[in-house]
Amino acid sequence: MPELWELTKLIRSKNAGPFQLTFDIMFKDSDGFQRALKSGSFTAEKIARVYGIQPESVRLFHLDNVSTIKISIPRRLPSGDACDTDIYGGQFHSPLVRMQV
Amino acid sequence: MAKVRAVAASGNLSTGFPEESLVRAVSDGVDFIGCDAGTADSGPHYLGSGKPRGPREGVKRNLRLILREAMRASVPVIVGSAGHAGGRPHLEWTLEIVRELASENGWHFKLASIDSEIEKCVLAKALQDGRITALDSTPILDEAAIFKAQRFVAMMGIEPVQRALVEGAQVVIAGRCSDVAIYAALAILKGIPPAIAFHAGKILECGAASVEQRKSPDSMAAELDDNGFTVWPPNPALRCTPQSVAAHTLYENADPLHLVESGGTLDTTEARYEAIGSHTVRVTGGRFHPATRYTVKIEGATLVGYRSIVIAGIRDSLVLQQLDCFLASLRSVVERKIYDSLRLQPGDYSLNFRVYGRNGTLGEMEPVRDIGHEVGLVIDVVASSQKIATDICPIVSHTGLHHPIPEYNGLISNFAYPFSPGGIDVGPVYQFCANHLWELDDPCGPFNMRIEEL
Repeated sequence: MPELWELTKLIRSKNAGPFQLTFDIMFKDSDGFQRALKSGSFTAEKIARVYGIQPESVRLFHLDNVSTIKISIPRRLPSGDACDTDIYGGQFHSPLVRMQV
Repeated sequence: MAKVRAVAASGNLSTGFPEESLVRAVSDGVDFIGCDAGTADSGPHYLGSGKPRGPREGVKRNLRLILREAMRASVPVIVGSAGHAGGRPHLEWTLEIVRELASENGWHFKLASIDSEIEKCVLAKALQDGRITALDSTPILDEAAIFKAQRFVAMMGIEPVQRALVEGAQVVIAGRCSDVAIYAALAILKGIPPAIAFHAGKILECGAASVEQRKSPDSMAAELDDNGFTVWPPNPALRCTPQSVAAHTLYENADPLHLVESGGTLDTTEARYEAIGSHTVRVTGGRFHPATRYTVKIEGATLVGYRSIVIAGIRDSLVLQQLDCFLASLRSVVERKIYDSLRLQPGDYSLNFRVYGRNGTLGEMEPVRDIGHEVGLVIDVVASSQKIATDICPIVSHTGLHHPIPEYNGLISNFAYPFSPGGIDVGPVYQFCANHLWELDDPCGPFNMRIEEL
């Protein structure tokens, strides 16, 4: 079973404003994109489990024209909060990189 | 048919661009040069402290090139979110650089500055009138929170920028401004449909971020017409592809197909991206849904304390195998010592052990909790004054250094400190206190404009 990064050309996370995180998972081609969609790994429940959050707070988008899965979740702590660990939100995608697809 | 050519000098005024890229774009013909100068992405520090993000010399170099090319081509310049956070001190800082450049280079132009800092009493009145609504996952903004905050800005849409252009300003320096509005304002004024202007603005706002492989910050150009727009990087070493441009509409946007702006929403569900030659992309099919009420986004920052930190490495596997217990027991000893010497209760300050090598990067969201052969520890203290934060650090760091573990008898030294002194004062700590929409009757209402002849 391939790992997610092997099917993609970019996996990134970033703030979408100081209170939300958004993940862009861009696949090399539509085969990999379809394979990932069919794998069942990209459901609100699965993503919520990875990050320890409520499934209702996960927003998922499939963009066929650019073979991309997009995920948006609320930040646990706002960017720059005294206990925040990642001001730009640029590393939150990391647990997905080696996910089995 | 209306036609407008725009060039984005760079994705951020402080990060720069190659001079040749801007010169090439302007010589090919442009109607204006835009540049975004800010973001809320770097956290609440800039908005809270009023400090701009420099370096000043870098911003001055970039502004010099932009103004020089604009003077040469006799076209307007639009800079949005001046000084990074777009507050009044940030705007003044940027204006000072512009005036300095005009005087040093003998340039004469009409300068418009648009203030986006919002007085607390104005915001409190808007709250009372029911004109403030919270966006998702937002802190509570009541009157007490408003008056406790350091500073608020409202993010202007296209209208205040258009007003400055209509007044004849050649250089517009705007406080907090929608990135997209920087590019959409003039285009819409010239008759380009909003759907096309906003969509082009979204692609241009990060400069060359929408090329296939950006090597460093660079310029981006677009030509807008009644039916769509074409976009290309003036640097011939870069190229746009349909996928690279389409992908950029996703960037920093929670909903990839609906971009909410003041005045309406850009809907890219039906957008088409086609290659024209090897470097250029044609974009059509975006739609614009006007909003039923006009709103601007409010950003605010509040001072929450002052920070001091200590950085330490831990390598001994006997300490690492019981790290959680070790830190919990250290915390209880330290809390007593802080009370003994400073008379402070644990609720009076925050002591956070950030463990790099375990969950320092993702915090509570980290699914993996394994530890490798070493960890980096950041002892993070936030207190009500810098002096208290500074005073707490040595108590924690010295206690931690010799804090015992059951496996060893005798005095041990657990923490490897790379620096002397160990404590580093980081300064004031702010937090974002607003993520709200403010309903306006007049889109220009809160944004004071000043015109000066240079």
